[in-house]
Amino acid sequence: MAEHESSYTPSNAFMKWVDDRLPIVRFSKEHLMDYPTPKNLNYWWTFGGILAMMLGIQILTGIVLAMHYTPQQDLAFDSVELIKRDVNFGRFIQSVHETGATMFFFAVYVHIFRGLYFGSYKAPREILWMLGVLIFLLMMATAFMGYVLPWGQMSFWAATVITNIFAAIPVIGDPLLSLLRGGFAVGNPTLNRFFSLHYLLPFVIAAVVVLHIWALHVPGNNNPVGVEVKSSRDTVPFHPYYTMKDLFGIVVFLIPFAWLVFFEPDIIGNPSNYIMANPLQTPPEIVPEWYFLPFYAILRSIDFNLLFINSKLLGVIFFGAAILILFFVPWLDRSKVRSGTFRPLFKPFYWLFVINFLMLMWLGSQPVGDAAHWWVPIVGKIGVFYYFFYFLIVLPFLPRIEVPRPLPASISESVLRPART
Amino acid sequence: MIQRPNILAAVLATVVLTAGMAPALAQTPAATAAPASTSAASPQNAPGTAASAAAPTGGATNPSSSANNGSGAAQAAAAVSPPVPEIETQPWSFAGIFGRYDKNQLRRGFQVFRQVCSNCHSAHLFFFRNLQEPGGPEYSADQVKALAATYTIADPSAPGGKRPGVPSDAWPNPFPSEQAARDANGGAVPPDWSELAKARTIERPFPLWLFDFFTTYQEGGPDYVHALMNGYHDKPPAGFTLPAGKYYNDYFPGHAISMPPPLTDGIVKYAPGADGSTVPETVDQYSRDAAAFMMWLGDPTLDGRKEAGFRVFVFLILFAVIMWMVKRRIWANVEH
Repeated sequence: MAEHESSYTPSNAFMKWVDDRLPIVRFSKEHLMDYPTPKNLNYWWTFGGILAMMLGIQILTGIVLAMHYTPQQDLAFDSVELIKRDVNFGRFIQSVHETGATMFFFAVYVHIFRGLYFGSYKAPREILWMLGVLIFLLMMATAFMGYVLPWGQMSFWAATVITNIFAAIPVIGDPLLSLLRGGFAVGNPTLNRFFSLHYLLPFVIAAVVVLHIWALHVPGNNNPVGVEVKSSRDTVPFHPYYTMKDLFGIVVFLIPFAWLVFFEPDIIGNPSNYIMANPLQTPPEIVPEWYFLPFYAILRSIDFNLLFINSKLLGVIFFGAAILILFFVPWLDRSKVRSGTFRPLFKPFYWLFVINFLMLMWLGSQPVGDAAHWWVPIVGKIGVFYYFFYFLIVLPFLPRIEVPRPLPASISESVLRPART
Repeated sequence: MIQRPNILAAVLATVVLTAGMAPALAQTPAATAAPASTSAASPQNAPGTAASAAAPTGGATNPSSSANNGSGAAQAAAAVSPPVPEIETQPWSFAGIFGRYDKNQLRRGFQVFRQVCSNCHSAHLFFFRNLQEPGGPEYSADQVKALAATYTIADPSAPGGKRPGVPSDAWPNPFPSEQAARDANGGAVPPDWSELAKARTIERPFPLWLFDFFTTYQEGGPDYVHALMNGYHDKPPAGFTLPAGKYYNDYFPGHAISMPPPLTDGIVKYAPGADGSTVPETVDQYSRDAAAFMMWLGDPTLDGRKEAGFRVFVFLILFAVIMWMVKRRIWANVEH
C-alpha cells in the first residue's frame, strides 16, 4: 500500500521543478488515482465517498446561508424564513442544507454499520475507526448547534434540554452549563456562540476527515471478505475503477436527496419549528431530530437511581457511554475473523443490534409520561440492555464459542469462487 | 468450547444486575415528587429541564399563556375532555409531486383573509408584492399597486407618521403591538399567518407517516385548519366546562379555543368567474380557500420548487444511467 512505487513522472521541466519543491501532483496521483484498492468492494463502500460529498455540500450551502442569516434572537427566525422567500435560490440552498443533515446522518449510519459488520475497525485500522467515531461526535455537535440557529420553538427547547444534559455532570456541571449557554438560560448569547461554533466545527470535521483518509491509506481498505490484500492481483487503481463506481453511487444517492429537497423539504422537520422561539411556552412535546433519537431513548430510559448515582446522572452516563463505547470496539471484539460474512453466530446478534438500534430510534420519538405510554421506559430498558450487551458481551465473548467458516486464501480467490453466504 | 460457561456467567450476571434495578424502577412513580427523580415524567425529562423550564413557565401562568397553541387550555379542561376526532385529509390542488396552487382558489382565499381573518391575524412575512409573483394569486403589477395604496402604512419617517402602502410594504399588522392584540382578543394573541400552515399538522400514525415519504403528504396544516374551521359547536358537550370567553371546537387541543367562529355561510361574496361559474359561499368552501391561501403564504415557492424538482430528477436519472454504463464498461475486464 504505502510502499507502492510512485508512477508519476513530471511531464516537463517546470513540473519537475515543482515536483522537487512541492510534490503535490505526485501526492495527488498516488493517493487519488493510483491508490491500490481491493477489487471486491461492494456498494456499501461507496458511502465513504458519499460522506465526503455531503460534507462538501453542507459547507458550501452553509457558507451561502451564513451570508444571509442573522444570529440575533429577535431576527434569526425571520432571517431564515426570508432566505427561503427572497434570496435567489434561497429556497433550494436552505432546503439542501436542512435535508442535507438528514442525508448526511443517514449515510454516516450506513457507513458505521458497514464497519461494524465487516470488522473494519480491527487491527491495523483502530485509529482509522477512532477518527471516524470522532467525526461522528463532531457531526452530532455540529448538527445540534445548527438545529438551534433557525430559532424556532423546537430549536430553543432542544437547546434547553440538550445543554441541560451537561448540568448532570458532578462539580463542573453547572459552570459548564453556563459556559455553553452564555448565561443561566438559553438566549441570545447561546445563539451567538452556537452560530460561531456551527461555522467552525465543519472545518474541524474536514481536518479530521483528512486524518481519517490518511489513516485509511496506510493499511488500505478493508473489504467484504476481510482478508488482507496479498498481491497486486487483489487490487485495482482507485481511478478510474472506484472514482467512477463511487460517482455512480453518489448520483443514485442524490435521487432520494433531491426528492426531499424539491418535493418534501419539510417532512423531516418538526412543525413546532415554524413557530418562533418563545421561552415562556413549552411546546406540547420536545422531540430531537431523528438522528439523535436512539441516544435520546437511551438517556430517557434510565429513570432509576443506582447506588449513590441519581437517575439524572446515570442517564447521562449511559448516554455518553453509548457513544464513547464505539471508541473501544476495536479491542472489545476479540474475533480473529474480520468479516461478519464468515461468522455464523455473529450474524444474528449483529442484525438484532441493527433492529434494536432502529427500535430505540422509534422509541425516542414516542411520548412518555402519560398512562397510554407506560411501556416506553420498559421497552427502552430492554433496548439499552441489548445495546450494551452487544458491545460488552457479544463482541468479546462470542468468538470463544464461535467456529468461523473457512476464509478464502485471498481476495482474488474469493472473487473467482464466491463463498456461499 | 470450554469457555461456554463464561458467556453464560456474563449473561447471568447482567440479568441479575437488571433484576437488581427492578426495585429501584418500581419506586419511581411513587417518588415523582422527589427532586431526584424528575427525569421520569415529561418528554423534556432530560436531566434538569423540569427545574429550569419551570422558572419561566411559572411566571406566565396568567390566562394568556394558553394563547398560541392552547396547551394551557388543554390542561385546564383535561378532566372531561372528549377525544379529538380523527382529522380527514382533504383533496388539495397542491398535494403530491404534480400538485400546484389553484390561482383562483388563492384569490378567493386572499379575499377571505383580507375581509375576515386579517382583522385579527397578522402576516408579517407577507408583502403586497408577493401577490404578483409567479406561483401565487398572480395579480397584475397594477392591481397590486392599487391594492397596496388603499392601505395606510405606519412609517415613522413619513410626514405625519403615515403614508399609503406600496407593493414592497409588508401586510399591515391589525394591532400596533402584541399587547394590544392580546387585550383585544380576551388575552389570546391571534397567531401570525406567515408560517401558520406549516406550524400546524395532524396526527400521522404508523404506517401513514412512512407512506408520506412516497406520497409527499405535507398538507397537515391546511387539513388541520379546514377541520378547525368546521369543528365549532354552539354548545360544549354535556360535562365539559368551557372557560368564559372560550369557544368549543372538536379539533382544537383541549377543545377550548379563544377564537370565536370566524366564518359563516355567505360572509364573503365571491365574484362569478368570466364564464359565469360560481363557487359555493359556505363555511366549508371558505375554509378550503383560506387554508390554501395560508399554505401559499407559508410556502410561496412551492410551484417553482416542484418544477425545478422535475428537471433535477430527469437529469439525475439520466446521469445515473450513464454512470452505470460507464462503471460497467470500466469494470468489464476485472473479475470482482
